[in-house]
Amino acid sequence: MREIQAEDVVEAVAGMCMKANTELPKDVRNKIEQAMAEETSSAAKEVLRQLLENADLAMETKLPLCQDCGLAVLFVEVGDDCKVVGGNLRDVINEGVRKGYADGYLRKSCCDPLTRANTGDGTPAVIHFDLVPGDKLKIFYMAKGGGSENMSRVTMLAPAQGWEGIKKYVINRVAEAGPNPCPPTIIGIGVGGTFDHAAKIAKKSLMRDLDDTHPDPEIAALEKELEEALNELGIGPMALGGKTTVLGVKITMESCHLASLPLAVNVQCHSQRHEEVVL
Amino acid sequence: MAEYKLTTPLTDADMEQLKAGDVVFLSGTIHSARDAAHKKLFELLDAGKELPFDLAGSAIYYVGPSPAPPGRPIGAAGPTTSYRMDTYAPRLYDLGMKASIGKGKRSDEVKAAMETNKGVYFGATGGAGALLSNSIVESTIIAFDELGPEAIRAMKVKDFPLLVINDCYGGELYVKPNLDTAE
Repeated sequence: MREIQAEDVVEAVAGMCMKANTELPKDVRNKIEQAMAEETSSAAKEVLRQLLENADLAMETKLPLCQDCGLAVLFVEVGDDCKVVGGNLRDVINEGVRKGYADGYLRKSCCDPLTRANTGDGTPAVIHFDLVPGDKLKIFYMAKGGGSENMSRVTMLAPAQGWEGIKKYVINRVAEAGPNPCPPTIIGIGVGGTFDHAAKIAKKSLMRDLDDTHPDPEIAALEKELEEALNELGIGPMALGGKTTVLGVKITMESCHLASLPLAVNVQCHSQRHEEVVL
Repeated sequence: MAEYKLTTPLTDADMEQLKAGDVVFLSGTIHSARDAAHKKLFELLDAGKELPFDLAGSAIYYVGPSPAPPGRPIGAAGPTTSYRMDTYAPRLYDLGMKASIGKGKRSDEVKAAMETNKGVYFGATGGAGALLSNSIVESTIIAFDELGPEAIRAMKVKDFPLLVINDCYGGELYVKPNLDTAE
């Protein structure tokens, strides 16, 4: 059994929190540059130009890209043949988040749901664990902003509604959200599983790079179809009109109950701050 | 679309000239307040107590900045989504607030309050928090320190870049989605 030191996990997680919040990932930057080249409206171009200037400034000053440094969401794949020594893995990851948010001057946005009292250190993070073959520990981090999260929904469609029903629901959701989630957005979609699982796989879809292609060509085609349909809404950057309402659509499909067609739509803002590390 | 340079406190005349789509560079002092601060402001109002700043001619910025790193007056400071303050905004416009600053849609009640009181709603670019912080030259917590990022700050701004989203004549800049594709 391979051993991984707790302090290495703390450093890795802290590093991802700081990097993701200050350096716009390359895949996102590329998409914004591409969108800017394709937009014809001056208002849309100006918003995208500001987002690129913002990214340059954040990189240079180490200021966060956005004041909403998100709730820390992590997907952790633990290899069967490795174990973390020197602390409980959940505690160790939270320690990394605590350190990253403190050292990086990131906003701590975690609070009690009813009293609204801030926990003060950005934790507890939302952590999803999975067991996988191998002796590696893989950690995905996302800074998930509240404005776009609030526009997300889970629904249970009837099986007869099928793909057309899914498509209609997603289009209406993005239309209704309008300017609120900071378009151009990225739409993570979970289809199948159960009520809870659909939401989880929708979120995990957002961990994919924007410029990747789904390995299943049929799902890749559905992603493209939906992306084109969403961009026809004309909402555009900051809802000032334009061709770029979404930067991407990422779908995960899993099997589900005979009676159900669970659908989760997880909306992510253009500031898609994500990182991953393998230990 | 016209461009204006305005300075706080804002007047009826300032607001009357603005149309949805105009660009405004705002200077002077604006106050940050979001969910928790609004709740506390309303507790003060309901108790008949004085507010921590003068609402007359004011601009409230819906923002919860990230902590100021050494050598800067403030961290990233872009707008948060405004609809969460819709239950509070009409009363504040009635009491003299001239502008709110945020991102995203407002309710019909807020739009009506802007028409009645000659108020406007400005949009700042969401997700451009680092860039917008460059226009904030000073920031001081003046109330509700215990709220951390949600405390009320007096922010001195210089040419803070804004777009008029809703004007005082019922005009709105946001585009309506073309839903033909969904039918």
